[in-house]
Amino acid sequence: MSVTQPPLNSPEIRRVEPLLEPGHTYASVTDKIAAVVLTRPLGIGWLAGFTITFCAVMLLFIAVSWLIIKGVGIWGINIPIGWGFAIVNFVWWIGIGHAGTLISAILFLLNQKWRTSINRFAEAMTLFAVACAGLFPLLHTGRPWMAYYMFPYPSTTTFWPQFRSPLMWDVFAVSTYGTVSLIFWFIGLVPDLATLRDRAKKRYQQVIFGILAMGWRNSARHWHRYQSTYLLLAGLATPLVLSVHTVVSFDFAVAIVPGWHTTIFPPYFVAGAIYSGFAMVLTLAIPLRKAYGLEDFITMRHLDNCAKVMLATGLVVAYGYFIEFFMAFYSGNKFDVFLAEQRLHGPYSHFYYALLLCNILTPQLLWIRKVRRNVLALFIMSLVINTGMWLERFVIIVISLTRDFVPSAWGRYSATFWDYATLAGTLGLFFMLFYLFVRGLPAIAISEMRELVHETDSEDHQ
Amino acid sequence: MMEHRSHLYGVMGEFETPEKLLAAAKKTRAAGYVHVDAYTPFPVEGLAHAIGFRWTAVPLITLIGGILGGLTGFGLQYWCAAIAYPINIAGRPLNSWPAFIPITFELTVLGASLFSVVGMFALNKLPQPYHPVFNVERFAQGSTDRFFLVIEARDPKFDLAGSSRFLQELSARFVAEVKDEK
Repeated sequence: MSVTQPPLNSPEIRRVEPLLEPGHTYASVTDKIAAVVLTRPLGIGWLAGFTITFCAVMLLFIAVSWLIIKGVGIWGINIPIGWGFAIVNFVWWIGIGHAGTLISAILFLLNQKWRTSINRFAEAMTLFAVACAGLFPLLHTGRPWMAYYMFPYPSTTTFWPQFRSPLMWDVFAVSTYGTVSLIFWFIGLVPDLATLRDRAKKRYQQVIFGILAMGWRNSARHWHRYQSTYLLLAGLATPLVLSVHTVVSFDFAVAIVPGWHTTIFPPYFVAGAIYSGFAMVLTLAIPLRKAYGLEDFITMRHLDNCAKVMLATGLVVAYGYFIEFFMAFYSGNKFDVFLAEQRLHGPYSHFYYALLLCNILTPQLLWIRKVRRNVLALFIMSLVINTGMWLERFVIIVISLTRDFVPSAWGRYSATFWDYATLAGTLGLFFMLFYLFVRGLPAIAISEMRELVHETDSEDHQ
Repeated sequence: MMEHRSHLYGVMGEFETPEKLLAAAKKTRAAGYVHVDAYTPFPVEGLAHAIGFRWTAVPLITLIGGILGGLTGFGLQYWCAAIAYPINIAGRPLNSWPAFIPITFELTVLGASLFSVVGMFALNKLPQPYHPVFNVERFAQGSTDRFFLVIEARDPKFDLAGSSRFLQELSARFVAEVKDEK
């Protein structure tokens, strides 16, 4: 008896959902992506978006200037809630940054071809998110001009940093992550910069891209070393990306504060980071493909895969919430039990319920194929999940700090105008940088797309 | 008048597809040419091998960078915590190595990544704003959809007429001299 079933790589199955719409050539993918940078005029949408985000950046400058003049007293923080919006926002932004490296490094090692058209802008997203994240610990010190104290340097005080503190680990983890993400992004860009250099018609474009491309000439020897470095960087970035949010979670988990001191934190933070990062990838990809007609490259299959990653990491996050609860009661530690009850019934319980709604209930819709195919639904869901992930950090930080061991140390926290202004300002900074990136550099990796064309062609010929 | 001395860098053949280029590269090597390079708008599997490029020092450099980074990371923390600024907290050990692991790891990754990238560019002799191949006008298409093979003039087997004919016989659709104007 024989059941005829087409093999998995048969055209019938593979062509159902192409990674790249058929009919593209090396030149057509190059033209289409390069044109966004080189020739396309600035549209009204771009100008409007840029103006709005630019204004938000001005708001950030005002908020930061006022902070430096007056000190952190302009924020809602107090004793005992010393970590308010600043740390919530820091963890949120750094989490968003994780998807870029996950897509470029981990999916590269796993040989997932669908990463090709989304890795470039996801890496840019990582850089901008890390830039926003990095602001907060600095500002949070109250005296950002003293931040160099955190670096080990020989000083007249003969002090040295305390390397046993997770806060120091954080300094090294975040700065290493920022640096490695930047060089990974840059070496990915070099061949594309050479393409832009060769295609640029305007003198200033030739000069700028010429300098940035560093004389890249697509030599086979160069490609060989390049690929070797790219693979090694992917291998190095993979444990790095997992370590960064692990270290961020240590900021909490190493402390003995109820609700923080749990071993589930590192994996659950990493999953949460990827979750929010993929949500942000969708938030950016959906308008991007629409605005620049890139639907051929960022296909429904990409959006569908991102949605599936969100669903999977969302379930890990849900498991994390469950285990936090379970361990509180299973341990019998009265402070942990009390904290769990405070999450459900305390003064900030509405944040907790909103969090469950955003992060656990809403994404369950992603089980439905129709929802994963609906661009608008995905876009809304990505915003909801990012809100949920922000709430998660708020719940972790504020509820624990307002309800620790003795009632005399309890407190209340509410954010001020300047807290919101700083958050809105970093959102503005993030999106403004993204607006500039989209028009200044190729948002999709052109040389990798040509490789994809080549692979798709070879499959057709088989 | 400035004196312009231009000498021959090599001959360049243009191919339509990566497969044709790969086949041509193999035949060129088989014909005894040594100083050959190929130019493709995306990495083509097996091409570096076909032009006789087998070994790269990039992984070794990366490893060295990682080891140096890791030693620096641990050494820095050990020196700060145990030698330069020892603090006795309830008799706990000064060399509290488990607490030093995260930064050691981060600096290992940082060292390896920086060495890898800087090493790769250095081995490729980049940045290099000028290279003779850019003198061929059609080479600008080389970063879009053309595939080039260059036989360099310093090759012992090289002679302009013979090598050009050789490339043409390999079905190059366009053959040009590459001039080096220095």
